[in-house]
Amino acid sequence: MKFGVVIFPGSNCDQDCYYAAELMGEKVDYIWHTTTNVESYDCIILPGGFSYGDYLRTGAIARFSPVMQAIKNYSQNGGLVIGICNGFQILLEAGLLPGAMLKNKGLKFICRYVNLRVENDQTAFTNVISRGSVLSIPIAHNEGNYFADEATLASLKKNNQIVLKYCNESGNVKDTVNPNGALENIAGIVNKDGNVFGLMPHPERAIEELLGSTDGRKIFESIIESAKG
Amino acid sequence: MAEVYEELGLTEDEFEKIKKILKREPNFLELAMYSVMWSEHCAYKYSKPLLKTLPTEGPSILQGPGENAGVVDIGDGLALVFKMESHNHPSAIEPYQGAATGVGGILRDIFTMGARPVALLDPLRFGSLKKPRVKYLFEEVIAGIAGYGNCCGIPTIGGDVYFEDAYEGNPLVNVMCIGIAEQENLIKGSAEGDGNIVLLMGSKTGRDGIGGVSVLASREFDEGAEEKRPSVQVGDPFTEKLLIEACLELLSKDLLVGLQDLGGAGLTCATCETSSRSGTGMDVDVAKILRREEKMQPFETMISESQERMLAVVSPEYLEETLEICSKWGLDATQIGKVNTTGTLSIYENGELVGKMPARSLADDAPVYFGKGERPDYLDKIQNTDLSQPEEPNNIADAVMQVISSPNICSRQWVYQQYDHMVQTSTAVFPGSDAGVIRIKGTKKAIAATTDCNGRYCYLDPYMGAKIAIAEAARNLICSGAKPLAVTDCLNFGNPEKSYCFWQFEQAVKGLSEACEFFQTPVVGGNVSFYNESFGEAIYPTPMVGMVGLIEDIEQSCTPVFKEDDALIVLLGQTYPEIGGSEYLKVIFDMVAGKPPYLDMEKEKNVQSCCLQAIQNNLILSAHDCSEGGIAVALIECCIMGNKGAILDEPPIGSEGQEMDFCQWFFSESQSRVIISIKKENLSKLKEIAGGLQVPVTVLGQIGGNKVQINGKIDMAVEEIANNWQGALECAIKS
Repeated sequence: MKFGVVIFPGSNCDQDCYYAAELMGEKVDYIWHTTTNVESYDCIILPGGFSYGDYLRTGAIARFSPVMQAIKNYSQNGGLVIGICNGFQILLEAGLLPGAMLKNKGLKFICRYVNLRVENDQTAFTNVISRGSVLSIPIAHNEGNYFADEATLASLKKNNQIVLKYCNESGNVKDTVNPNGALENIAGIVNKDGNVFGLMPHPERAIEELLGSTDGRKIFESIIESAKG
Repeated sequence: MAEVYEELGLTEDEFEKIKKILKREPNFLELAMYSVMWSEHCAYKYSKPLLKTLPTEGPSILQGPGENAGVVDIGDGLALVFKMESHNHPSAIEPYQGAATGVGGILRDIFTMGARPVALLDPLRFGSLKKPRVKYLFEEVIAGIAGYGNCCGIPTIGGDVYFEDAYEGNPLVNVMCIGIAEQENLIKGSAEGDGNIVLLMGSKTGRDGIGGVSVLASREFDEGAEEKRPSVQVGDPFTEKLLIEACLELLSKDLLVGLQDLGGAGLTCATCETSSRSGTGMDVDVAKILRREEKMQPFETMISESQERMLAVVSPEYLEETLEICSKWGLDATQIGKVNTTGTLSIYENGELVGKMPARSLADDAPVYFGKGERPDYLDKIQNTDLSQPEEPNNIADAVMQVISSPNICSRQWVYQQYDHMVQTSTAVFPGSDAGVIRIKGTKKAIAATTDCNGRYCYLDPYMGAKIAIAEAARNLICSGAKPLAVTDCLNFGNPEKSYCFWQFEQAVKGLSEACEFFQTPVVGGNVSFYNESFGEAIYPTPMVGMVGLIEDIEQSCTPVFKEDDALIVLLGQTYPEIGGSEYLKVIFDMVAGKPPYLDMEKEKNVQSCCLQAIQNNLILSAHDCSEGGIAVALIECCIMGNKGAILDEPPIGSEGQEMDFCQWFFSESQSRVIISIKKENLSKLKEIAGGLQVPVTVLGQIGGNKVQINGKIDMAVEEIANNWQGALECAIKS
């Protein structure tokens, strides 16, 4: 299968995502933000970073780039899209995922490992992991405080769109382990059709034991499984 | 003209010298350009003679001082490019932007050489956290470094922060950057080739930072400090990120003749330095420079310190492709002039000549001053303070808790979790260890880096303090499994025109020189920051050391973490009752006195060799060097990191005829010591290696349980100590 990693001006985790895809043994290309055709890819990665310097609002400008229109069409046709950190923020601004991202409750950037509980193991991004499993994956963001209004939250729950929640080592979702104030500890969600995934943590940073954890592989493995299946 | 040159920071003698060079009176533009290039910050007038005594060469040194950064050969056709710089004065006035632009500046020094920046380290110094202004400066500096570094996608993997009253009016913000390059892609800041085009890339030029080097960085602070705010530069990390990618792409395609970043003294510096290096000159038309302010005069465009700008020299045949790549990355790139072979820098405005001078005279001909150093009177008294007086505290556990949660010792997690230290997926050892470690993708190699300088030691004895800074940096790298390679330094001192300050500077450079020679870590570049004084009070002399080392095989690196129950805890080296200048003395007795610990370089080298050999032979499980807080802090840190307890036997006090009480042993800051943990069965092998190097080996006890227990003296739960240690810094800021 082939991954495509989008580069916006200011993206800075593109090379990490590319490297991760290679380590997982799959083909991967970079996709420049002015590209208008992304059909040849099996999965598109919107990487982390500070696209357009986070001017106006994080992700607010990237959503207008030509590649995002192409990705909209691609996702409407069922293509797999994963937005990591800034990528998630861009998907929210582009309306491909519901909700919005606010500044971290502590008002500071936070970079550290967190524990995530898998809430939905049926998605294209979590199908090799079982529900209730705990993944150790790092976060690094200033705006990870996910927010959705009552109606949206109800809808997310109804359609099983909540995929990952911040939890402790034993998998308990508690206030005390919420790093950024996100609503109900939500760390990652999918769209109604389940083919567009947004998450704040960085799975591409948890591929090698050397760097602290290999739990990020499971997300990539799930994508590879879905793309090939 | 008299008031003018004074206003610009030049002396009468300097003005006369300029007249001699030009063979006429300079006009305002020319005077302004000389004033910034000949400022202390740019010209190193007081420091040049002494800096020449530092060792700068070695078998793996590809580039020593003289270029934008130092370069070390790390094998496999790769080069390590690194440097440290200061941004002290701006950060005291406008801490967020001062620190942010400090990061921006040092990043540019690295990628201008053709290396991709892979890591940042930030050694910082502030006054006491009890003062509201210090809290403000501290929080904003951290936010500034985080804001800039994170946006550019460079991990901040190390650094340190210390709080001492002496830095209250003059915080120190030093930033070190490391980059990796293919040796064949390295480029110099040169302007060669008659008729070659001079291109200005990046942000538009405004009035920010005008006089930054002269008015701000080359003077002490007094009542007028706040008025200097317009001299602080404003950063845009997004543009910097685009510059990094564009420049690296240009260099990978071999399109440029030369590349130089614009920093202190702006376009004046970039043009004259590149010309001077190549023996050429330039014709520059300021009207071609893109501005973001109206009605800028020629001198303003020439000395503006607007950030995120690069100067590129390109031959006409590659101009089009170069401009295309800049455009792709959304960057302005304007042709502002041409290289000539006359050696003259000529400034035009819309074709009309407005200034003209020999390029070399700006870059190289600033006068050199020989300061007069005199040992200060207070030193004898303070060094000979009787330190046997302070009685051992009754409650030792309390004293331990106090020291471990003191602002200089406690966990820095609050700081480094604001830095993205994982971006670029190469950080093999996170902040909080002895050194930051970056692995090099595609190889087995890794780079270890650390910064060190105990300002208190340097205050009490600048010569010894400087030697210790080098020794400790090397020790930190060794404990990570790296072989120390080279040094960059940031020499932070007070006013060199004052005899006691100059004496401190002389002594420190002497110490650095000897130690760098002995440990074979040449100084390949760095920076001097003088005039760190407010209302006549100078900072502690602080020769900040940044050292890099190479780990040939990342599988053979080492950390301080206690990993295995029943493993033995062993001390390499010898403990003497040395509490002069120690954390124990300051925290418990509120004293800064005595002499710093004595460094025996031969003994230090032996301990380091022993430790490195042990690591490379896979004999030990963990290694942590003893520094501030002595064995107490080193041991406790190993326990906290590994979430393990330590059970120690009766400490070996008095065994060598050295009389000391328990606290003096526990908190002594004797040099050349490392705490390691090792499986019982490997102890004899270790003793063999140590024996051959005359390194004392003492088994202190073993890992086990969940307490720190020292036979009758201490019985403390690791969890409780950890909670205090972890939360102390945030507590101090919020209180």
